[in-house]
Amino acid sequence: MAAVFFFVAATGAIAGAIGVVTMRNSFYAVLALVGHLLSLAALFLLLRAQFVAAAQVIVYAGAVMVLYVFVVSYVSVGPHQSTPGPVAGGARVLAYLFAFVLAAELMIAMLGNGLEAVGGDGAPYDPGFGTPGAIGSLLLTKFLFPFEAASFLLLIAAVGAVVLARRRDGGIDPAPQPVLSVMDLVRDERMGTMAEGVEAGGGRPAAGATAPLGAGLPSVAERERQAR
Amino acid sequence: MAIGWYLAVSALIFTIGAAGVMTRRNPLVVLLCLELMLNAANLALIAFSRMYGNGDGQIFAIIVLVVAACEVTVGLGVIVAMARRNVPIDVDELRELHG
Repeated sequence: MAAVFFFVAATGAIAGAIGVVTMRNSFYAVLALVGHLLSLAALFLLLRAQFVAAAQVIVYAGAVMVLYVFVVSYVSVGPHQSTPGPVAGGARVLAYLFAFVLAAELMIAMLGNGLEAVGGDGAPYDPGFGTPGAIGSLLLTKFLFPFEAASFLLLIAAVGAVVLARRRDGGIDPAPQPVLSVMDLVRDERMGTMAEGVEAGGGRPAAGATAPLGAGLPSVAERERQAR
Repeated sequence: MAIGWYLAVSALIFTIGAAGVMTRRNPLVVLLCLELMLNAANLALIAFSRMYGNGDGQIFAIIVLVVAACEVTVGLGVIVAMARRNVPIDVDELRELHG
């Protein structure tokens, strides 16, 4: 029974991993990673690591993957929608060759090391092995310093993410605000300002000093038409 | 099941993740492949913890989980900053750090 469970979970984990690497759409890649993480949690359960399996499902498949999905949907609406494909040519061949060599090396290191315990089902363990109680007492006695260091690391990462992803301009768009002066309220409707006169005259009121005074200004009838 | 089977699965997942890091150009997918490699290491740690009947390996796996969460947070923050500044989401285009 355990063998059947193992092979189902291992197949799911490896298929999920291949899906992460091969999916073109990064949203599907995230979903493949969720499937991979759930299969991996099943493998952890087979290894009597109940607490780590639960933490994996809650923290990873729950929280971190939701963060990924949000960032994927945030990034994919930008001006650079097309996600870049895999590298091409000689680099790709070299990468796969390196990966194959790495796989062979890891298999030799893990399976050909001559350790007798690797071929066994594992040492006998305490009844409380892998339960939250055992993990908690280990974290608060033997591994207290790593526990505190991890909490500091999480704090630093949270602050760092906020600093990295913040708006650079303080969150306020520097749009020009219209300036209203008292003269705008009390002045007659047909009385133009100097700025309006300059705009109406093509922005060059002093194009020639020889031009007659008021040549660039629109006539009264014209200004009445504009006001309407 | 023998512990060796778990180690073989762990080695395969690690290799797939390494191939993804080397071949993909989308930094989001590169981060996902890094997660794959960390998870493969976690599986090996828990398998060895079961092999010796000792809980220390599981503590190690939990610390790796914490480090992975931090790495994801900072990495996604960098990607969001890239999207805000209209930098292409492509690791080949990130050349501003050239000396």
